[in-house]
Amino acid sequence: MASPAGGAIVGAAETARLGVIEDQSALELHAEAARSAVADAGLTLADIDGLATAGLPAITVSHHLGLRPRYLDGTYIGGGSFLLHLRHAVAAIQSGLCETVLITHGASNRSRVGRPPRVTDPASPMGQFEQPYGAFTPPTLFPIGVLRYMKKYGLTHEQLASVAVAQRTWASKVPRAMFRSPITVDDVLASRMVAYPMRLLECCLVTDGGGAVVVTSADRARTGSFRKPPVFVLGAGEACETSMISTMGDLTTSRAFVDASTAAFAEARLRPRDVDHLMVYDAFAHLPIYALEDCGFVARGEAGAFIAEGHTRPGGTLPMNTNGGGLSYTHTGLYGMFLLLEAVRQVRGEAAAQVPGVDVSMVQGVGGMFEAAGTVILGSHDAYAG
Amino acid sequence: MTSRAAKPAPAPTPETAEYWRAAERGELRLPYCAGCDAYVFYPRGACPTCWSTELTWTTLSGRGRLHSYLISHIAAPGFEQDVPYAIAIVELEEGPRLMSSVRGIAQTPEALVLDMPLVVDFEPRGDVTLPVFRPAPVDARG
Repeated sequence: MASPAGGAIVGAAETARLGVIEDQSALELHAEAARSAVADAGLTLADIDGLATAGLPAITVSHHLGLRPRYLDGTYIGGGSFLLHLRHAVAAIQSGLCETVLITHGASNRSRVGRPPRVTDPASPMGQFEQPYGAFTPPTLFPIGVLRYMKKYGLTHEQLASVAVAQRTWASKVPRAMFRSPITVDDVLASRMVAYPMRLLECCLVTDGGGAVVVTSADRARTGSFRKPPVFVLGAGEACETSMISTMGDLTTSRAFVDASTAAFAEARLRPRDVDHLMVYDAFAHLPIYALEDCGFVARGEAGAFIAEGHTRPGGTLPMNTNGGGLSYTHTGLYGMFLLLEAVRQVRGEAAAQVPGVDVSMVQGVGGMFEAAGTVILGSHDAYAG
Repeated sequence: MTSRAAKPAPAPTPETAEYWRAAERGELRLPYCAGCDAYVFYPRGACPTCWSTELTWTTLSGRGRLHSYLISHIAAPGFEQDVPYAIAIVELEEGPRLMSSVRGIAQTPEALVLDMPLVVDFEPRGDVTLPVFRPAPVDARG
């Protein structure tokens, strides 16, 4: 059995603005979030001896911030990269490679200021076996298994739409959310078709923004003088399956979700019923449905009804995506950092739509189109009976 | 308006060249691992189940079923005249699943019914030939 993870988040921040930011480059969004997260911890530049980032090269971010790190992690799986960074940072800190790791994200996904272009090599597996058929962006790939899932389990279009409705209910309580007006299932079903069966309101936003966290050892978090209560890393997991969604072993379940969440629960010595608050990567409305089942919160085929019945909404048994999610809050392309930041706020008790008494929060991130996954379980204390 | 981009064409690698050469001849071929009794999609140097490099290029029946799909209402570069168009996952009779297009049928949820039988067809794309699928003729449906 794995030992307790032994790390904690002691600083966390988003950029001052989210949404449309035409006067900051992706790199500067990394830097602004980094400075704010370090200040949130009550630390300074000199305290940071490790850096992890995705989207831009770690060297670029390090130099831009004036760092001299002795630990670097540029692991890239897509939007969930930061969850892997957190897991790696805890391990690095535990083994003495460094003491305090800064994990940064910044993206100009909407305004495209200093954003690297997306290119698929025609000789890559995807370039040979997917791209020629007109698949080129997430909407043309990510939902490709949804009709199979619907046929297998009887998920309805209304249940799928209810994911967006549930998350908008949360977003209506969050001043920083991009979309806050309540919506109905009918509104979702009446929105423009993007990639059948996914309508516009079932697809995530496209925004600019950034975020960062500061990680140190659980021991130092307990005894140090940080400005906010530490948020302990109870367990984490990472996994990958395939770089092409068309070659998933089963289009109705993500093996990476299963593997990463199983590892995280084992390390934390917790079970789904111990989780007070859940953040799931929701680039599209079907992701929370897959994640609820793949992580063991509900049985196979039950997630659509579970969400439609309101169990993930305010007052429900499993509050999920309480910032409004990628569907309503923000989605910078690599949204995983915002999952983590909302989980930190909920455990600290400082979220805009605060759930009462969040001691255990789980973050389920995806990489690419069900290509990979990262899971992190956070807690207000460093161990639980489970 | 900028000039319209061509649809993207695959660039074969040494490991996949036979797949694309076969398509040019009108055959759907994949490496077969006798040890696992399984075809390997996409083609590569070793079986991903047992790592055997003793793979045999084998011609498939070309029959399959519509396993899943979506209908894109946004155009990939070169697909401006095609929207809305289906992007399909076809499950071949021999087991492997692959992405493809379904020709000769309306690109609508009503016409495209999951598990409908399909047969392979081929169409030119740049310097190569692309496997696509069509609804199976009624007399060929098993």
